[in-house]
Amino acid sequence: MTHFKGMKGRRGPVMRGLGVAAASIATAIALAEPALAQAAAPPPKLDTGDTAWMLTSTALVLLMTIPGLALFYGGMVRKKNVLAMLMQCFAITCLVTIIWMMLGYSLAFTEGNAYVGGLGKMFMAGIDKGALTGTIPETVFVIFQMTFAIITPALIVGAFADRMKFSAMLWFIGLWSIVVYAPITHWVWGGGFLSKDGVLDFAGGTVVHINAGVAGLVAAVMLGKRAGLGTESLAPHNLTLSVIGASMLWVGWFGFNAGSAVAANGTAGMAMAVTQIATAAAALAWMFLEWMLRGKPSVLGIISGAVAGLVAITPASGFVAPVGALCIGIAAGACCYWGATWLKRTCGYDDSLDVFGVHGIGGIVGALLTGVFAAEAVGGAKGLLEGNPGQVLTQAWGIIATIVWCAVASAILLKLIDVIIGLRVEEDIERDGLDLGLHGETVQ
Amino acid sequence: MKLIEAIIKPFKLDEVREALTAIGVQGLTVTEARGFGRQKGQKEIYRGAEYEISFLPKIRIEVAVPDDLAEQVVDTIRTSAATGQIGDGKIFVFDVQKAVRIRTGETDNDAL
Repeated sequence: MTHFKGMKGRRGPVMRGLGVAAASIATAIALAEPALAQAAAPPPKLDTGDTAWMLTSTALVLLMTIPGLALFYGGMVRKKNVLAMLMQCFAITCLVTIIWMMLGYSLAFTEGNAYVGGLGKMFMAGIDKGALTGTIPETVFVIFQMTFAIITPALIVGAFADRMKFSAMLWFIGLWSIVVYAPITHWVWGGGFLSKDGVLDFAGGTVVHINAGVAGLVAAVMLGKRAGLGTESLAPHNLTLSVIGASMLWVGWFGFNAGSAVAANGTAGMAMAVTQIATAAAALAWMFLEWMLRGKPSVLGIISGAVAGLVAITPASGFVAPVGALCIGIAAGACCYWGATWLKRTCGYDDSLDVFGVHGIGGIVGALLTGVFAAEAVGGAKGLLEGNPGQVLTQAWGIIATIVWCAVASAILLKLIDVIIGLRVEEDIERDGLDLGLHGETVQ
Repeated sequence: MKLIEAIIKPFKLDEVREALTAIGVQGLTVTEARGFGRQKGQKEIYRGAEYEISFLPKIRIEVAVPDDLAEQVVDTIRTSAATGQIGDGKIFVFDVQKAVRIRTGETDNDAL
């Protein structure tokens, strides 16, 4: 998904996950007549280096959700709700694993129409030991993509923290991963219409972050505010947990971004470098901004900034150079600080842990700036700064398409679930804490 | 016998314990407490949301002593727990009707 993104229209549907061998084929195609080169291209062979890195990346991305995201979120809620938060992340990991194996992967990554893939690989049918995706075993590719399918809905739970029924959460996340996540993944990475339109999304700015952010915002609005918002303290109960979680997210993100090269090559190396740079820049931007405006550089501020930077560089990693990453990081830190403070307060919704403020806003900033800073020498695609302003509009199109489908489908799913089983816990359960009320356990 | 209860700043606990041991106090009970007085609360900011934390963490010390030691204990706590800043805490003195050592059954001053 590296060289090919820039060669829009030349090779038809773009499949994610073509590695070193494929990259050299791309060069060959660029030099020769497309049809001729395609006919002459040798079938891809398994590359052990690529495979080793993708096995590692897959483990790293799973680590992002459990325990990374679980701890990051768990530390930010009140003590009476920490187990419920950990439970949601863990249960989503298990639930989406099964859904992805049964249906999700097939809908996202098999040949279909412009909007959704086919059913041919349900239950991983036909994916045997020898099946390849690019230069790695398809089994590895399935599980690598599965970890993305897991973390995306897990990100959403921060928006409705402290007040959603566990059963309603399972229904929503399960259906959402089929109706929203799998199709949008197909649009961008599975050969669907957004990849044909030339939208650049290296590791999931639209698919993962804008998607999760928008679904979170819709859910937060439909569930209503937490009881006690504005009248009692909803302060985080243990920021030490959040710092550990954010640090694990950062480490795991190397698997997320550098792993999205689906190869152990120069693109992966550049993706890793820009990830580190943008994250640090965003963390400092948030910290200094808060220090200026509020008088103190807070711990929650610097880790929130780091996550904002990780989010924003996600679509851009693999397409931008280090200086572009620096600019994207600074912009993300500042914009997400604005999103989590001013925007939320002004609009009055209760996005408990700022899923929209950080992932939605950060994803949009990153997706747009990918169109600005994309460097042909890095990812084969030119951005605004290299004289291709149209790329910014293409990026905007990708953002709008994602937002519209995600918002509409999420709202319909939530409404249906609300009518059938109800979304929100009883008042006394919310007051006493979800840990005790929903799970019968507490942390002392 | 008197029961002396003191609410102090948490970081002063070790100084108070050493000072009391030095004048012959042989035991005391400590609990973590929260409260407010003239110090009021403190402000915390999380992602721009301000929370007034109205109950601050304090330590409650309880020490039971014979009548003749009570004034000295009060003075010792007052001097060792003081920082001169608002929020140093308070000391309360109560009369004790009876004391029993559970292990031996000794009572009153012998039990202290």
